[in-house]
Amino acid sequence: MKHIKCECGHVNPEGTVLCEACGKPIEGNQHIDGNDRKKLLNMRYEGSARRSQTYNKSIIDKIWSFFSSVKVGVWLIVIALVASAIGTIYPQKMYIPADAISRDPSIFYEETYGLTGKIFYQLGFHVLYSSWWYMLLIALIGVSLVICSLDRFVPLYKALKRQKAKRHPSFLERQRLFSQTDHVTDGEKEQVIQALKKQKYKVRHEEGHILAEKGRFSRWGPYVNHIGLIIILLAALLRTSSFMYIDEYVWVREGEQTVIDGTDSQFYIENKEFILETYDENDERFAEAIKKQGAIPSNFQTNVIIYKAKEQEVPGQELELEVYDEAEIYMNHPYKFEGYTLYQAGYQLNEFTTMTFAVTDINNNEQIDQFMIDLTNPQETYELNDGFRVMISEYYPEYYMSDNGPDSRTDNTKNPAFVFAVSTPDSEGAEVSFVGDYMNTPTNFDATGENDYRVELIDAEMHNVSGLTVRRDYTLPLFGLGAAIFMIGVMQGMYWQHRRIWVNVKGDGVLLAGHTNKNWFGLKKDIEKVISDTSINQVIDQQELD
Amino acid sequence: MSLEDRKASKHKKKKQRLVFRAIILSVLLGAIVYALVDNLQKDKSIYKVGDEAPDFELLQVNDNNEMEKVRLSELRGKGVMLNFWATYCDPCEAEMPYMQSLYPEYKEKGVEIVAVSLDGAELRINRFIEKYGLTFPIPHDKKDTVRELYKVGPIPSTFFINPEGVIVDKVEGALTLESLEGHLEEITPQ
Repeated sequence: MKHIKCECGHVNPEGTVLCEACGKPIEGNQHIDGNDRKKLLNMRYEGSARRSQTYNKSIIDKIWSFFSSVKVGVWLIVIALVASAIGTIYPQKMYIPADAISRDPSIFYEETYGLTGKIFYQLGFHVLYSSWWYMLLIALIGVSLVICSLDRFVPLYKALKRQKAKRHPSFLERQRLFSQTDHVTDGEKEQVIQALKKQKYKVRHEEGHILAEKGRFSRWGPYVNHIGLIIILLAALLRTSSFMYIDEYVWVREGEQTVIDGTDSQFYIENKEFILETYDENDERFAEAIKKQGAIPSNFQTNVIIYKAKEQEVPGQELELEVYDEAEIYMNHPYKFEGYTLYQAGYQLNEFTTMTFAVTDINNNEQIDQFMIDLTNPQETYELNDGFRVMISEYYPEYYMSDNGPDSRTDNTKNPAFVFAVSTPDSEGAEVSFVGDYMNTPTNFDATGENDYRVELIDAEMHNVSGLTVRRDYTLPLFGLGAAIFMIGVMQGMYWQHRRIWVNVKGDGVLLAGHTNKNWFGLKKDIEKVISDTSINQVIDQQELD
Repeated sequence: MSLEDRKASKHKKKKQRLVFRAIILSVLLGAIVYALVDNLQKDKSIYKVGDEAPDFELLQVNDNNEMEKVRLSELRGKGVMLNFWATYCDPCEAEMPYMQSLYPEYKEKGVEIVAVSLDGAELRINRFIEKYGLTFPIPHDKKDTVRELYKVGPIPSTFFINPEGVIVDKVEGALTLESLEGHLEEITPQ
């Protein structure tokens, strides 16, 4: 194929279906837009030469034309949709419940869901949304979006720019709205032009031929829309960089001071108080619901002090902190500072802060002394009255009985237990007793059964632990921009229409044709107004219903 | 326009088109590769193999070791195994005897084992040290500063740092005796 010179004199790029200037159907190319099988012309891209449909020589061109196909794009979207849907059938790996048979995915899915679960796991659907092929699929949709848009926008833009007022009769005849009038006076033509201008059409007048156009802007809607989508995809891509997006979680118990994750050790947080308020059960509005399901929280709140670390030579423990700010963090009231946002996200109630024990003589029930253990930092030994001394042999902050004997699950003081060694002034050795597990089966175990002294819990103080989400998201404005551009594109394409009316001279009369990308009724009304009081025939809707 | 001119301009256009397409496609390919590689990297920490290990200083709590403080930069010239652990973590407990059994030999060869404890109560660390007779330095990271610095996720987590202060390996999860020895060999000064 070569460049095609139309009889109107315009040279069209190869692959052109309708001459860019006069619209004459170009012989041999009509199959591209399916014009060979219909009376009406396919006007979607103005019959312009979409390059991808014509050149297919190098590998670059082949890749290009593959992605420029809308069919390919739609299939990519369908595959992504189906895969996303399948991924929701069973929980993703990170959502395997804590009380599941096993948190090991190779066991969990098969045990819980049987064969389908096994297949789900083996095909990798349990980590679908971070699997390479899923991400590749999303990326390919992005590629398809870019190439499809470029491949259509450029030729369409050129075709609309190069169009002439004079069109080939065969182009006009094959428009959906068309009429022919044999005798029209110059006065009537002038009248038509004035009427078109009145209706805010841009009128071009070339050698007696008229092209009236309105709302070409609407044709760019889809491309503007795609630019918005591409910006959204880019924003999602940027979220993978830790500069643009940080999402961390920090647990801080009341009274504790700890680093805020994600802030490069620049900021520290102290939990002054965690508050959990519930709805009043005496309020008749809530009483019934509370009776049904127990206390209902009305507020979770953490009062915090934020510290900023002073410039230090090396990170470590001897850091100097200065108070940066104090804040109350609760639902819908995150605390924002220096680009970071802290959200109230979780809590743990009732961990032990201190425990006070009494040492008592079993024989006469006389209390020797008391001592208080700070559970966050217990001492090795506690000196008591009269030369008594208690040594902590073992300390389990969250006691449980493991397969290998007593152990601690974490270092959270949820269920403390101790092995005490009590040494008395008058005997050489020490009496050993196991004390604790107050949350399950309170134990005060005497290993030998011959102890003379008992260590008893007499008092305890509790604290709560607050969980805060730390987030920094510089990509949000970009998401907002993308979404705004997306919406502008949608509106541009939806609320405006590209209407064109051609009035071409033929002999003594005129050929009248109209085209719009939507709302044909409106265009017909426009034409009706334009030709009223003239002898020009109203257009006939030649729509083919197939 | 003569036929030759037209041919020449057509040829030029074809070339331009190819270059344009190649550029667009390679930009898109670049973005995809970046997105995939970045997302599939399990290791989200800032410091990766090949980076210089960031310096820190912590108080040391093991009485069996003469060091008072551990400052990483002062260990330059020695290979350093930087281990993050806690007393309540069973896999950490499992690898501790291996570390202790190899420590005296590799200390001679110029390798230091630094086991940063993420525990709360020092008492528990002391009991643990007694139980396993540990002699290597155990800094106590009370405020989680160093954990955050190294972006340590699940423990145990171990960085192997060569005498030049560069991270040569990072292991998440417990080490066996053999693999531990292999890693220590790797960071032994020549």
